[in-house]
Amino acid sequence: MDRLPRWADVGLVPFVSLTLAALISALVIIAIGQDPWEAITVMVEGSVMNAYGWGYTLYYATSFIFTGLAVTVAFHAGLFNIGGEGQAQLGGLGVALAVLFIPWPHWSIALLAAAVSGALFGAAWAAIPAYLQAKRGSHIVITTIMFNYIAASLMIFMLVDVLRPPGKMDPATANFPPEASLPSFNEIPGLNLIFTSKVPANVTFFIALIMAVVVWLLLWRTRLGYQIRAFGKSEPAARYAGINPTRIIMIAMLISGGLAGLMAINNVMGEAERLLGNSASGAGFIGIAVALMGRNHPVGVVLAALLFGFLFQGGAELGLWTKIPIELRTVVQGLVILFTGALDVMVRMLLTRIFALFRPSRPEAA
Amino acid sequence: MDYGTLLQLLDSTIRLATPLLLASLAGLYSERSGVFDIGLEGKMLVAAMCAGAVAFYTGSAWVGALAGIFGSLIFALVHGVTSITFRGNQLIAGVALNFLASGLTVLTAQALFGQGGRTPPLEGAARFNPITLPLADALQGLPVIGPFYREVISGHSILVYAAFGIVALTWWVLYRTRYGLRLRAVGENPAAVDTAGIKVNNLRFSAVMVTGILCGLAGAYMATALQAGFGKEMTAGRGYIALAALIFAKWRPVQAMYACLLFGFFQALALRPDVVEAVMRVKVPVPFLDALPYILTVIVLAGFIGKAIPPRAGGEPYVKER
Repeated sequence: MDRLPRWADVGLVPFVSLTLAALISALVIIAIGQDPWEAITVMVEGSVMNAYGWGYTLYYATSFIFTGLAVTVAFHAGLFNIGGEGQAQLGGLGVALAVLFIPWPHWSIALLAAAVSGALFGAAWAAIPAYLQAKRGSHIVITTIMFNYIAASLMIFMLVDVLRPPGKMDPATANFPPEASLPSFNEIPGLNLIFTSKVPANVTFFIALIMAVVVWLLLWRTRLGYQIRAFGKSEPAARYAGINPTRIIMIAMLISGGLAGLMAINNVMGEAERLLGNSASGAGFIGIAVALMGRNHPVGVVLAALLFGFLFQGGAELGLWTKIPIELRTVVQGLVILFTGALDVMVRMLLTRIFALFRPSRPEAA
Repeated sequence: MDYGTLLQLLDSTIRLATPLLLASLAGLYSERSGVFDIGLEGKMLVAAMCAGAVAFYTGSAWVGALAGIFGSLIFALVHGVTSITFRGNQLIAGVALNFLASGLTVLTAQALFGQGGRTPPLEGAARFNPITLPLADALQGLPVIGPFYREVISGHSILVYAAFGIVALTWWVLYRTRYGLRLRAVGENPAAVDTAGIKVNNLRFSAVMVTGILCGLAGAYMATALQAGFGKEMTAGRGYIALAALIFAKWRPVQAMYACLLFGFFQALALRPDVVEAVMRVKVPVPFLDALPYILTVIVLAGFIGKAIPPRAGGEPYVKER
């Protein structure tokens, strides 16, 4: 098969995949008797046409950058981490414990402590599947799925039986102290000129962007990153080159779980300001779609996270203003994963054929 | 715990194990042929919605079950085209189909009935109703066995008995027929099967379709027998528990039945925390019981109770040599 030019590989393949996903989504909307044009109008107006909408879009995008990066790092090591959801929930537990029980003098110190704690909890939850994959060959996809369910049960137990304040009915922790409240965009000098009403997007957005740069540096500018990528490309070759598989699997999964856990500083500390049940609310799974669409590159992940932020906020607006249920975003998420992750061979085949039509027939290389 | 409570527990065990068993056997075909399927959950969900909706319209559970199988088959077809024809990543395809199912079922049910993504409650012939087996009442007088026969063995819907029948059928197909031999071979060494002149991709497609049919039955059972209608996310991770059971059973049908009964028993226990507390004499948190199947599966995967080795060619698309 002819190779596609690089620009087509980087830009056109995701674009075509995305267009196909959008087309089918439009067909789904028509099938349930609604108007796709109205849907896209409502989505765009509610998410990117005003500062308030952007406040939500960027809030969701922040979570998706973290979980997208988490999936990306694991992917580069050849590992498919479906456990982002559980790791993010455990991250929430880490954040809650760090903020609830230690009186921090200032939000910045509290954020640092919460970030470390959240990342550690997330990493710890990824550590067991990683160890089992590295040492006992248990398939990481299955173990991380199992750990999502175990995490869900553990969190129910923690919230109902351990962390719930006495006399309260709903399974949630107490509210975090006001000193640990993170500045939202409407409270940050400069940004508050744009964001005039209360929005959930907060300082952790910038941490997410910094983490994207850090992940890029790690993967493409360090020895460890090289080892991770080499291992992901070919395990036997990496082994032959003296790379220790156990070490790489453990490190890649710990970083991955840590990034997923780090997400909790956005949703738990930045927005809810207490730990609720099902805190990650699917963001861990969206990380898979984000990583696939972003072609496992931090820049792509940030862009894809913005798109999914738009989809999430827009989808919520659909639920409010139209008869289209909010679950449409799950459909779109599934379609994006299907086309960018599983059917990319089909898209590539299609494009290669089209390119071949326009290419002057060249003589066979001798 | 008295005998009556135990019988109640075992009765719920059978009812709760059935969808797991059907989905587990479904997964067995696909995975034995070398196509990993983590989309059992999604196929069950789609089937449950189709079965619930069509059973409501037609008033017939049987037509509903057919619709469920049809819905599940479409998803199986997409999985097959993606992972066999286009050699896409089987795991990613499964994840994608699960999300699609989760969203599409709610969208469709909402568009059809406008009840928040549910189908209306089913009654009468729109459900698979319990069947009383012959002599169930006559034998009731017998000590121990009589009540056991009446409470646990008798009084389930036809799909429950079908599920256990399919265990035997699957065993026979897998180990006693030419198709079964080829199926097992294609999951271990597709090149060898190809050399013998058998089309690898066709064989795998047939296995994926059987998976679709059985997942369809599992979903239909959820909506028209276990419960009265489809509800949002009603499968609640059963597809993954079924997958866990399949791994626990090392991809063998009879053992899968035992695993599903065990996991069904845990689910039955999770519904009766009072019984657990009375027997264990300590308060066992319900979430722990919910998590037990998953914890057990991880222990099995870790190889602490015998190693679970998947079909060797599982997860890899077959590329014919040119």
